[in-house]
Amino acid sequence: MTTQQAGARPPLWRDVRILSWVFQLVVFAVVAAVVYWLINNYRMNTASSGIPTNFEFLTGPSSFGIPGSDFDQNQPVHSAFVIGVLNTLRISVVGVILATALGILIGIGRLSTNWVVNKVSAIYVEVIRNLPLLVIVVFTFLGVVFQVLPRIENAWKPLELLVVSNRGIGVPWYQGNSGGMLLLLAMFGAFGWWLIARWRRIVSERTGEPPRSGFIGAAFLILTLVIGWFIFGFGVTLPEVDGRQIVGGIRIDPSYFAVLISLVIYTASHIAEIVRGSIQAVPRGQGEAASALALGPFQRMWNVVLPQAMRIAIPPLGNQYLNLIKNSSLGAGFAYFELTAVTQITVGNGSPAVPAFALALAFYVVISLVTSALVNVANRRFALVER
Amino acid sequence: MTTATDPRRTLRHRDVALIWARHNLFRSRLDALLTLVLGAIGLYLTFRFLRFVFINARWEIIGVNLKLLLVGRWPVAHLLRIAVSITVLAFWGGIFVGLIRARQVRRGFADLDLIGWQRIGDLSRRFGLLIATMLLVLALATTVGPWLVALGLFIAVLLGRMVGFKLGSVPLSTPLVRLSTLVLVITPFVVFLYLVDAVPFAEWEGFLFNVTAAGAGIILCFPLGILLALGRRSKLPLLRSLSVAYIEFVRGAPLYVLLLMANVSLEFFVPPWIAPSKPLRAVVTFTLFTAAYVAEIVRGGLQSVPHGQEEAAKALGLSPYRQITRIVLPQALRNVIPAQIGQFISLFKDTTLAGLALGILDLLTAGQAVTQQDAYRGQGLIIESLLFVAFLFWVGSFTMSRESQRLERKLGVGVR
Repeated sequence: MTTQQAGARPPLWRDVRILSWVFQLVVFAVVAAVVYWLINNYRMNTASSGIPTNFEFLTGPSSFGIPGSDFDQNQPVHSAFVIGVLNTLRISVVGVILATALGILIGIGRLSTNWVVNKVSAIYVEVIRNLPLLVIVVFTFLGVVFQVLPRIENAWKPLELLVVSNRGIGVPWYQGNSGGMLLLLAMFGAFGWWLIARWRRIVSERTGEPPRSGFIGAAFLILTLVIGWFIFGFGVTLPEVDGRQIVGGIRIDPSYFAVLISLVIYTASHIAEIVRGSIQAVPRGQGEAASALALGPFQRMWNVVLPQAMRIAIPPLGNQYLNLIKNSSLGAGFAYFELTAVTQITVGNGSPAVPAFALALAFYVVISLVTSALVNVANRRFALVER
Repeated sequence: MTTATDPRRTLRHRDVALIWARHNLFRSRLDALLTLVLGAIGLYLTFRFLRFVFINARWEIIGVNLKLLLVGRWPVAHLLRIAVSITVLAFWGGIFVGLIRARQVRRGFADLDLIGWQRIGDLSRRFGLLIATMLLVLALATTVGPWLVALGLFIAVLLGRMVGFKLGSVPLSTPLVRLSTLVLVITPFVVFLYLVDAVPFAEWEGFLFNVTAAGAGIILCFPLGILLALGRRSKLPLLRSLSVAYIEFVRGAPLYVLLLMANVSLEFFVPPWIAPSKPLRAVVTFTLFTAAYVAEIVRGGLQSVPHGQEEAAKALGLSPYRQITRIVLPQALRNVIPAQIGQFISLFKDTTLAGLALGILDLLTAGQAVTQQDAYRGQGLIIESLLFVAFLFWVGSFTMSRESQRLERKLGVGVR
């Protein structure tokens, strides 16, 4: 670009270092001007209409209640936000687990040699992937929940264990306060499982007998729970219909059910494609070697191919998890009280819109950043160690 | 079997079928179980679905409301403008197809071996579904107008393709090339102005809104997306941090929340004399949102261009601006066309969110609204209407994703 002799400095207006800084400062100035213009407009507009711009609304009374929780209209807005975030996490965590399980099953199904399994998975993926998520949610909400599920007066009661109606699904649950104790027991059992797995692996490596850690560990966990059941005498309540509502057990809200099912169905179709691609990316020799070692089809997939495929699949899977979390905001349109719904309602009840939505966005960005950090950790943990 | 003929001869059709079934349906006990259970469920669901679609469904709700679903409350007097517009756009699209075809022929890698029936078979595999959908919608129509439009569309595409092929085959003088490029680029905008002249954009509804909002969003976000991608790749720290901050923030935020925000708080950030209409708010949000995703796609494309290209451009003494616009970007953008189509599909599907968040009468909202009409309320016709809505979106996305996969194979992305 320059015809200067080596060593001589170019004139200021052709010096790349200076030019690049001038260019950056110009761009920065333009961006800053636009941002300043926006903020200035915001200040003037809010001042002229007397709308507050701070976060004091958070401590005021919410003046709305949240069905399905003990939140009422006298509690402050910030506790509504806490419930909203918890509900977002509740649907996201369950959704991620279910979508992953379904997605892996269907992804494997698409590569199956069984013609029926193969075609059913292919049709599932091609149909669901090309539909808008919102259409699926509306369909499950208006089409399935309100048309297929029975009214509460003639609810389905399979084995008297479940109550299925369009006012919610009742599931047996532990009575009263025994949930905490149960959680402790389950954690103890899971810890035992982990210890057993380690011990069995060492034994297996020394003696060559099969580890069977899954079998023994699961037996230990179940045994712990059953013994705990007898010692502490956990009560169980069964759901029943009392008038026009479900009492006892735990009630799954129809909105939660519809949104969760739709999120799972939709995300699973994307996860299935990722899983299929990752399995195809594993060198064929791996599966063939497993067959040559006389491993069965299940062992070949579960112990040899899938672990290597999941290593490839982690980054795109993480993207799908992020999408699922963000898509859970659709719950707001279907009376599921997650973060977006809480924000929308509190704005509708007179909280200033910009701070409230800024808060919601901040929550979402933080949740997304934490999730992608977790995915990165998982990715690094499982990445192939290259020598 | 007793005669000593060629054993292959004795393999009858039934045997072939049995062998196929043993290999593909009953390879093991688990396989057999899966086949029977899944097959039974699949057959039952297919039966229920077909019985519903062809016998039980009351499709007259769609036929009566077809105009409402497709173009909302667009005045009947101006429907002709829509017909003219889509015919012009069909001609315009045909020209591109013809140009691409001419280019392939020139370079000698067109699939010229497909002739006669083979070619028709190929085309019907690719676009049969789209044409079938059009015919289906036409079958629901109650007047003759839509049929004439469809005929016009068909002729326009063919004519456009012929013109495009001619344009691409004969050598043209530079001014003529520039002129035709200009005409091609501004055609969609002219069509848009022609329509806006009759009905302001604020009143666009139905499927028309979904299609135009997605199209406008993807076109408008492109410059910003490229700038953000270049910024994120640049060595200049200030530019890079600005781009990264924007991209990561937008990618962490749900589109639905951004649309809700646009609904209630956009007016705070602009002077009072700008009062954006709801469809405009939606398009602005789509643009700003999609730009972040397009930036990441373009960044991938930039990374796929070998370093030597930029260095060679530098060695030729091109200015930094020309290095990027003449050497790097054309190669990068060519590589990301399939990913771009994927982004367009996802935006096309996401336009339904605008209906819910902003209360625009888009295809999905209209589909729910028609079941509340006096004639149909409380009759449980939501399934019919949702199936129609879902089918339109599905056909669009499915055809586009098929074509983008084809394009991907043709461009050989990731093969080199």
